[in-house]
Amino acid sequence: MQVSENTENKEFKPLIVAFCCNWCSYAGADLAGTSRLSYPAEVKIIRVPCSCRVNPMFILKAFEKGADGVIMCGCHPGDCHYSTGNYYARRRMTLLFSMLDYLGIDRARTRVEWVSAAEGQKFSLVMNDFAKTVTELGENIKLGDLRCKKQQD
Amino acid sequence: MQKTAGLIKKRVLELLADGTVTKVLGWKEGDFIYDVTPASFLSAQEADGLVYSSFCGANLSKYLISECKALTEGKILALLKPCDTYSFNQLLTEHRIDRDKVYVIGVGCKGMLDIEKIKAMGIKGITKVIDNGKELDIKTIYGSKTCKREDALLEKCLCCKSKNFKAFDEIIDPEPETKEEKADRFAKVSELEAMTAEERYAFWQEQLSKCIRCNACRNVCPACSCMKCVFDNPVSGVSSKANTDSFEEKMFHIIRAFHVAGRCTDCGECSRVCPQNIPLHLLNRKFIKDINELYGEYQAGEEVGSRAPLADFTFDDAEPSVVNERGNS
Repeated sequence: MQVSENTENKEFKPLIVAFCCNWCSYAGADLAGTSRLSYPAEVKIIRVPCSCRVNPMFILKAFEKGADGVIMCGCHPGDCHYSTGNYYARRRMTLLFSMLDYLGIDRARTRVEWVSAAEGQKFSLVMNDFAKTVTELGENIKLGDLRCKKQQD
Repeated sequence: MQKTAGLIKKRVLELLADGTVTKVLGWKEGDFIYDVTPASFLSAQEADGLVYSSFCGANLSKYLISECKALTEGKILALLKPCDTYSFNQLLTEHRIDRDKVYVIGVGCKGMLDIEKIKAMGIKGITKVIDNGKELDIKTIYGSKTCKREDALLEKCLCCKSKNFKAFDEIIDPEPETKEEKADRFAKVSELEAMTAEERYAFWQEQLSKCIRCNACRNVCPACSCMKCVFDNPVSGVSSKANTDSFEEKMFHIIRAFHVAGRCTDCGECSRVCPQNIPLHLLNRKFIKDINELYGEYQAGEEVGSRAPLADFTFDDAEPSVVNERGNS
């Protein structure tokens, strides 16, 4: 499966994968939509039951398949639908991001943001900002799998 | 060492004879004297092949998982060095082994030798190593050579955790806790952290690209004890044996280290068994260092029943953005 878009046209548009928890951030994204707040079309949202569902492998897989940035959004600490899921996710992601940084992968390509169901505005701001950061970083070559890239001709 | 080996063998034979234990987990010699491998012994006759030398680096705790399952009567005797008892405790914490089925003899350890380091000094054709605790007198087919013991120690022994046993039924010939300053086990990790991202990337790219995906690091790790492993799943995308893409190596090593984060006792077996000499302990130690800095000092296997940092949380843990605020980008 390939998630990379056809990039024939000149300007670099990053591909961003956003893992959003079903109860807060996904609803937040929905609110951003219904409130007609824009966020970049390159952001591909993957809905997960809880931010705690995000396995470190998911993040690496997203990079493998051609993502240039991966962001994880969940309920604010204390507001998890399952009480404590995001606390575990927070520790996990801290360690994973630290490890990616240790291996020399740009630390700005990964991010965690807490977005509640009422924060459509925040969702839009976060995604715009993240897309801007990743665009500046350019294409992800350090973590991609060459076989998953589309042939450029 | 000779004396300890004699005491161990005597005690093992006694315990086998009086029926306290039905099986013994220890080490036996291979084709060369430095080729010591883990082995199990069922009778006094077999136990004649039991050795304890300066090449007994292998940690025997993990074998207890399958041994405990297969055991029908009696107990298994396991010979554990001080650092192995940490892994033993960790496995007990995770309910992977049954304490009642194991008879632990703690064996004193002065630090184990790394044959690779000796060979790297240009010493070949080794027939005998006489270890007096400070210097090694190495007999080879080309004559005899000497080297300092500390120059030939295994990486894990350079920063020995402790000479104290964290679990035992009896102890044979314990070593006193060394008073000398131990090497800082995070020195290399800190050095890498101080580099720029590009330098770090180049370092790891060089190291990890040597990986031949033999899975030895995974198979030997006492913390890697799942019956079914994510890497054995053909749809995981990391099951290919061939060195096809640099992504696979990175993914494999990140995930391998992540799956044992907070449970790794830093026993150093991964680096010891790596046929390509990849410094895998540096990945584990990075996680240990982060955990110590962010969530408080924690040593896996120190005590039975402690809660692993990744299976725990506090309300005011650091946010993942903390990574962006420290060190070199």
